[in-house]
Amino acid sequence: MTARWNRKDLLGLRELSAEEINFILETADAFKQVGTREIKKVPALRGKTLINFFVEPSTRTRTSFELAAFRLSADVINISASTSSLTKGETLKDTARNLEALHADILVLRHSSAGAPQFLAQRLKSSVINAGDGAHEHPTQGLLDIYTIREKRGKIAGLKVAIVGDILFSRVARSNIFGLTKLGAKITLVGPSTLVPREFEKLGVTVSHQIDNVLPDADVVNLLRIQHERQRKEYFPGIGEYTTLFGLTKERAKLLKSDCLVMHPGPINRGVEIDSEVADGLQSVILDQVTNGLAVRMAVLYLCGGIAT
Amino acid sequence: MKDTKHNDGVPIMDAEAIWRALRRIAHEIIEQNADLKSVVLAGIPLRGVEIARRLSEFIREVAKIDIETGTIDVAMHRDDVGTRAELPMVHASKLPLPLEGRTVIIVDDVLFTGRTARAAMDAISSFGRPARIQLAALIDRGHRELPIRADYVGKNLPTATREQIQVRLKETDNEADAVWLFKE
Repeated sequence: MTARWNRKDLLGLRELSAEEINFILETADAFKQVGTREIKKVPALRGKTLINFFVEPSTRTRTSFELAAFRLSADVINISASTSSLTKGETLKDTARNLEALHADILVLRHSSAGAPQFLAQRLKSSVINAGDGAHEHPTQGLLDIYTIREKRGKIAGLKVAIVGDILFSRVARSNIFGLTKLGAKITLVGPSTLVPREFEKLGVTVSHQIDNVLPDADVVNLLRIQHERQRKEYFPGIGEYTTLFGLTKERAKLLKSDCLVMHPGPINRGVEIDSEVADGLQSVILDQVTNGLAVRMAVLYLCGGIAT
Repeated sequence: MKDTKHNDGVPIMDAEAIWRALRRIAHEIIEQNADLKSVVLAGIPLRGVEIARRLSEFIREVAKIDIETGTIDVAMHRDDVGTRAELPMVHASKLPLPLEGRTVIIVDDVLFTGRTARAAMDAISSFGRPARIQLAALIDRGHRELPIRADYVGKNLPTATREQIQVRLKETDNEADAVWLFKE
């Protein structure tokens, strides 16, 4: 009960302690309840300005942050790569300093380069929230995944979590690995060796290239999207073969325990990494993840934006 | 928050005095609310929730009515967000809905500046529009910064602003019921 929060930025789950992660999750419990009120808005960040600065395209994460900010009574401006002066040659630092000169209190940054949020957090008085940086981290996605598992299973410690797919390029996977490991889950990464190299075992996880060996034991299966836009041909022969070897098909889903959770950060490629019957099935918590994402982002904005800087 | 050192503190109320004060407040609630069934006791965490539970037990004994209780967390409704270097835990609020036509009694351990009570009223209004809101506190220590007064008070205790009042309850603090005054 004596835990306190004192960070202005959320850059990744790697630097957070288990206590800090639990603090965010418990704060999110309180904010999830706000969504059930007649008036779904609290004055916590009244008078604060939040800038959604998305240098990479994103609809769901940006919308989730935007709605979270509205529910906290903050004012929101959205800037995307195409509408920013980055296309005119302005540096990231100059763009950010201009945003700060407008007295922005919170900067939510999505960027294609790993480390961009940290670069700005060290230079700005504003709070900086990482909304995904390159293949580094996507901490709020990691937190909402952990929140959803905790909500459905009542705990994290001791659970066996399989993360399947394009781990190499996935910031979602990294945030999940850092967060879940700290809370005591046992993680197995599954995918073709080109996308799931053995190097990952240094992070304290197991690596497997045989999904059928992993599924029967899993308490949670988190399927990552095959990122067509990043994929080069050399990483795997083709989408069809990926589905055959690693897709969670209707047939393969029969290997799962009846209480195993099926998760996906979205957007899902139906018929590629997951069959429609499984994505819409009883074990799927994909839409719970979306609802919980709002509560988790409210908690993060409240905590980082609510402390004196 | 300072760690409690009871040997520095002056005892203000013991378990017996707290028991009598809360029983009297329960009688006052019964007396002033003809439609007792419409009353909701909304405790402010941590100790307000326990005090609300005890009040509901006294009311059940005396009036043979089970009145509803709830929890109202004020952290996200406070007016000092952004001015503190560290934030405390926010808890979920739980109130029986709908609130229309009901009397919500905010229950807290200590009434001081009145800012918590204001935040609680703001929080309650986001759940609906009760017929009336009342305020109950075990201790009223004065120094109001807002035009707010309590409807039910266990003990009026004039204090200096630099003094601290700490309420300790068996259920929340794992020690004997007591109210302590600490000189700074």
